[in-house]
Amino acid sequence: MNNRRIIPIGPYHPLQEEPEFFKLIVEGEKVVGLEINIGYNHRGHEFLSPRMTYEQIAYLVERICGICSNSHPFAFVQAVEDAGKIEVPERAKYIRTINHELERIHSHLLWLGLAGHFIGYNTVWMWAWKYREPILDIFEMITGNRNHYGMNKVGGVRWDIKDEHIPVIEKDLNEVEKAVGMFTRAILDDPVIRARLEGVGILPKEVAIDYGVVGPTARASGLAIDVRKDDPHAAYDKVPWDIVVFTEGDVLAKAKVRLLECIESIKIIRGCLKDLPKGEIEAKIDEIPPGEGIGRTEAPRGEVFHYVRTSGGNFPLRHKIRAPSYMNIASNEYACVGYPIADAALTLAAVDPCYCCTERLSAFEDGRLRYSYQDILRMSWEKTEKLKRRMRGNFKAE
Amino acid sequence: MRELEKELRERFPEVEIFEHSPRRLYLTIGKERIREIAQFLFKEKGLRLSIMTGIDTREGIEVLYHFSEDKTGTYWTVKVLLDKAKPKVDTISDITKAASWIEREIWELLGVEFIGHPNLIPLLTAEDWPRDKFPLRRDYE
Repeated sequence: MNNRRIIPIGPYHPLQEEPEFFKLIVEGEKVVGLEINIGYNHRGHEFLSPRMTYEQIAYLVERICGICSNSHPFAFVQAVEDAGKIEVPERAKYIRTINHELERIHSHLLWLGLAGHFIGYNTVWMWAWKYREPILDIFEMITGNRNHYGMNKVGGVRWDIKDEHIPVIEKDLNEVEKAVGMFTRAILDDPVIRARLEGVGILPKEVAIDYGVVGPTARASGLAIDVRKDDPHAAYDKVPWDIVVFTEGDVLAKAKVRLLECIESIKIIRGCLKDLPKGEIEAKIDEIPPGEGIGRTEAPRGEVFHYVRTSGGNFPLRHKIRAPSYMNIASNEYACVGYPIADAALTLAAVDPCYCCTERLSAFEDGRLRYSYQDILRMSWEKTEKLKRRMRGNFKAE
Repeated sequence: MRELEKELRERFPEVEIFEHSPRRLYLTIGKERIREIAQFLFKEKGLRLSIMTGIDTREGIEVLYHFSEDKTGTYWTVKVLLDKAKPKVDTISDITKAASWIEREIWELLGVEFIGHPNLIPLLTAEDWPRDKFPLRRDYE
């Protein structure tokens, strides 16, 4: 008798917050097949892009992803610079690198928090996001925004890192470094976490090659590929750092790669801040000649690829965008099969599909901060007290 | 001259190689040899298929295969030109799985048929999207 059943995960699922539909084919508890259905979030960027100018497209592609919102404009401007053979000032290259690595730290910590939440370890979730906060504050200080920094433009960057920013960044990095060190030890030493993550969702090296996976997903399967090392751009070849590779291919290896990469990112930022050259932050752009260009960079989730065919005018003829998750999510067809259903959600999340969740509150009046965090907390308490009093009154009336 | 460039010229004498910059090379080849060149680059030389791009141009529909040589950081982009009236090319999704999704995407957005693709169904567009409308074609309104 055929005892195959279908279990749907998505399109709207409390864990996978983005709309993607995974159809698990199961026999009893065991997953024997997986069908992936995407396209619920298709917004037609490649269609919109040739209708915009190069200046505008940098903002458009920034909105592809809320978490790695630096990677897409970074790759895009490099593609246009490649097509137009534009030389970017040294200082801009260093600032781009700093920005990009800060983003990697906050993205990896976000993933770590979610991974903790997925396995029911909510302490990790709260802690990871607590230490992600100072990184977002650094972004706010430099660019004015916590996400969607608007940093990259063709020929350079839009915001400079001022001298007074540097000690603040260094102080915050020290704190984050301590926290990441603690997490790494806590996760590697914890027998429960190890038991949950070790040997789950293994993606062997030859399968990883066949699917063309990139980023931490590839590096956890023993593929030593990293655009920052292979195709040095910005300031990645000017500061010392190491590529992190593990060979196990399971969820634990993916977690280890991301944790250790945070430490490498801190190393890169420190190196860049130390040698930050003086000078201009943007080159003057004339016309972009007709031709084609490829821009690529290592986003937190893997290689981002942008191809631009220029027309000689202000608009591109064609703009191809490939985000890393496009390659990584497809590999789940293999990684989920053969494991129990309970592992599937974790394996699906282990490639770090993109999430967007930026939410916080501050109340401004006449350009000045009206309420502090303490004020809001006090108001919240007062409101609760008021509600309680009213309810007590109602009970009496009855 | 690069090692791979030399081998490519020996194996595929008709290939045209254009060097845009030291790490960005563009190859033009007839569409009938795409499976051979993909086999050579992916299986023998260990290049990774990064992605494919479809472009509607005046001359016809171009399909670009972006292969990444990770150990040197070089992008080898193979270009084939297809007839606009009936764009057809052999699939390479059985050579590398990395081509499987993108061939479906180019098929639905540009109307290129990939001969031999085992599962040519829509990837991104909705189920009720008309299958004779291709959003990335120049004549799309």
